[in-house]
Amino acid sequence: MAKGAKKTRTVKKKAAAATTATAASRAAPRTAYVNARLIDPASGLDAPGGLLSEDGLIADFGSGLFADGAPENAETIDCRGRVLAPGLVDMRVRLRDPGHEHREATVSAAAGGITTIIVLPNTDPVIDSVALVEFIGRRAGEAGLINIYPMAALTQGLEGKEITEMGLMSEAGAVAFGDGISSIDDSLVMRRALSYASSFGLLIVQRPEDNSLASDGVMNEGEIATRLGLAGIPNAAETICLERDIRLLELTGGRYHASLLSTADSVDVVRRAKARGLNVTCDTAPPYFALNEIAVGDYRTFARLSPPLRCEEDRRAVVEGIEDGTIDAIVSDHAPHHQDSKRQPFAQAESGAVGLETLLAVALDLTRESSLPLSGMLGKVTCVPADILGLDTGRLRKGAAADLVIFDADAPWKIDADQLLSKSKNTPFDGKLTQGRVVRSVISGHTVFHASDLDA
Amino acid sequence: MSVSTSSIKKGETLIDTAMTLNAMHPDVLVVRHPDSGAVQLLSEKVNCAVINGGDGRHEHPTQALLDALTIRRRKGKLSGLCVAICGDIMHSRVARSNIRLLSIMGARVRVVAPPTLLPAEIGRFGVETFHHMKEGLKDCDIVMMLRLQLERMNGSFVPSVREYFRFYGLDYAKLEVAKPDALIMHPGPMNRGVEIDGELADDIDRSVIREQVEMGVAVRMACLETLTGALPQSGGKT
Repeated sequence: MAKGAKKTRTVKKKAAAATTATAASRAAPRTAYVNARLIDPASGLDAPGGLLSEDGLIADFGSGLFADGAPENAETIDCRGRVLAPGLVDMRVRLRDPGHEHREATVSAAAGGITTIIVLPNTDPVIDSVALVEFIGRRAGEAGLINIYPMAALTQGLEGKEITEMGLMSEAGAVAFGDGISSIDDSLVMRRALSYASSFGLLIVQRPEDNSLASDGVMNEGEIATRLGLAGIPNAAETICLERDIRLLELTGGRYHASLLSTADSVDVVRRAKARGLNVTCDTAPPYFALNEIAVGDYRTFARLSPPLRCEEDRRAVVEGIEDGTIDAIVSDHAPHHQDSKRQPFAQAESGAVGLETLLAVALDLTRESSLPLSGMLGKVTCVPADILGLDTGRLRKGAAADLVIFDADAPWKIDADQLLSKSKNTPFDGKLTQGRVVRSVISGHTVFHASDLDA
Repeated sequence: MSVSTSSIKKGETLIDTAMTLNAMHPDVLVVRHPDSGAVQLLSEKVNCAVINGGDGRHEHPTQALLDALTIRRRKGKLSGLCVAICGDIMHSRVARSNIRLLSIMGARVRVVAPPTLLPAEIGRFGVETFHHMKEGLKDCDIVMMLRLQLERMNGSFVPSVREYFRFYGLDYAKLEVAKPDALIMHPGPMNRGVEIDGELADDIDRSVIREQVEMGVAVRMACLETLTGALPQSGGKT
C-alpha cells in the first residue's frame, strides 16, 4: 500500500511540472519561436531558424528569420536549438465518447506533440450519421482543444452490411470511411463501398482481418501462443483480407488505405500493389515496429493488441516497409482502457493500448535503428497522413494554422506508465528506454503543453 | 466453489474474487479456471499458496504428476519410455503439462492427432508429431488418450464421431503396433466409442485409467502436504 501512495505522489509532481491544456492556454497574438532547428518534412527544410505566429497562424518562418534578434511586441520562446516541426497528425485514435473525452484526448495528445487526430467510428453511439459527424465538428471548434476529425463508419452500425451516407457525411466533415476496429467481411459489401466511394473520391480505411480466420484468437499464432495455451491468429488472417481488398480496388478504382500492417506478407502485398500503380496507402503503429509477440510474456494484457504483436521477422519487415516507403504513415492506434478491463485473464481483457504520448518517442527510435532520416520519419506523422486525409495541416506554411511541436530528439526518457498524463495507463512500452521528449505543443498559436522541466 | 454459483457469475472480476478469498486467510487455494493464465493472475493477488487445478488449455500440473506417478509405478521408470499422447492436443492442458513433465523426466513424447487438433509449432516442444495412429503408436510404451469435446466433433475440427473413432479412436486393432505391454491412459472423463473403445478402456491388463484416479488422490494429498507443511502453525520447516 505504501508503494501505491508513493506512486500517486510522483504522478502529482509530474502533473504540476508539465503545464497542460487549459491551465496554460495563452492567447498570444504574436509569438516568436527563436533559435530552433526548423524541420518541415513536406518541403525538405531542415535548418536553424525561427518562426513567427500571429493570431493563431504562421506569419513567417525561415532560416534567416530573427537573425538580428527577436522582434518586439511578441512573446519570445527560445527553442534552444531543438526541433520545431509541424504538429503531429494521428490517423487512428479510439475514443469511446468523442464528445466527453475530447478534453482528455487533448491533454494526452498534446503531451505527445500531436495536434490533429482522426477518431475512429467505434464510439458509443457509432459515428454513422450526419448528425454525429456534425456534433464532433462543433466540439472540435472550441479553443484550446486539439483538432479532431471523424472517420465515419463505412457500414451502418458497423455491422458490415449496408453502406452509410458517405457523401453527406463527407460534406459534414468526415475525412475517411471505415469500420474502424472491425473489418468488413463481406466481399460484395466491400466492393460496393469502394465503388461508391470512388465517385466522390472518398478514402476507405480498413484494418484488414479475416474475421472467421481470426476467430477467437487473442494473440499471434505460433509457439508462444501454444505454450501459453492461448488461441492464435495466423498472419494469413491479415494478408487474405488485405489481398482481397486490393483485388477489389483493381475492379472499382478509388482510394484504399490499409491500417495497422503487422506482417511481412502484408508489407509485401502493399509493395506490389503500389508497383502496379494502385491508389493504395497504409500505416502501422509503434507496437508493430518496436515490439514482437515476446512482449506478451506471462499473459501481459497490455500487450494484447489487435492485430496481435507478431514475430521478430514480421517486426523487421515492418521496419523495412517504413524505410522503403511502402508504409506511408505511422499512427498511435491510441485505445485507452480502464484498468478493470485489462486486469483480467488474457483472453478476457480488452485489446488495445494508449499511444498518443509515446508515438513520437518510439518512432524516433526508427531514426536510430534504421536508415530512416529524422525528416523522413516526421513526414510519416505529419504531412503524409495529412495528404492522405486531404487535410491542410502537417506542414510549415505561411498562413496555415500555427499547429506546432517543439521536441528534443535526444533527451533520454524511460517511459513510465504511471507518469503518463492519460487517465488510462495501458501502454506496452512501460519501462522502455528511449530518447525524444516533447517540450512544447502549440495549437493555433496557443501552447497546450509545456514540459517546463526541460526548459529549466 | 464453482464459477457458476459464485459471484463471478454476478459480474465480479477474478481479481475481486481473489481478494475476497484472500480475506478469509486460507492456507491454500486450489483453482480451476476456463481461461489460460487465470490461475497465475490470481496467484499474484493472494498471499497463500495456489495450486493450479487446470487453467484453460494452458496447464494441468497435478494431472501430469499423477500420470507420471502411475507410469513410474507400473514401469519402474520414466526415462527412456516412449509416450504417445493422442487426440485433441490443441485444446488440452493435460497434453501440455504432460509434454513438459515427461520430457523433463527423460521420456520420449509423441503427439498423434489430425492437423486440425494440433496447435501451431507443437514440434518446438521437443515432441515428434504424427497424423496417423499406426505410425504414432508404433513401439510405444504408453498410449495416453485425450478427451474430445462434443462441440468439436461435428464438422468443426473433425467431420463426425464416426469418422474420428475410425481413424483416431483407440481400439485393439490400432494398439497392435504398440509394444505388447503398452499401457493405456486417459485423464477422464472418457467418451466411450469416440476416442477410446469401451471394452479396451475396461481391460485391466492394458488400461490403468482407474489407477490414475487413485494416484490422483495421492498426488493431490502430497501437493497439499508439501505446501501446508511449510506453514508456521503446523510446526513444519519454514
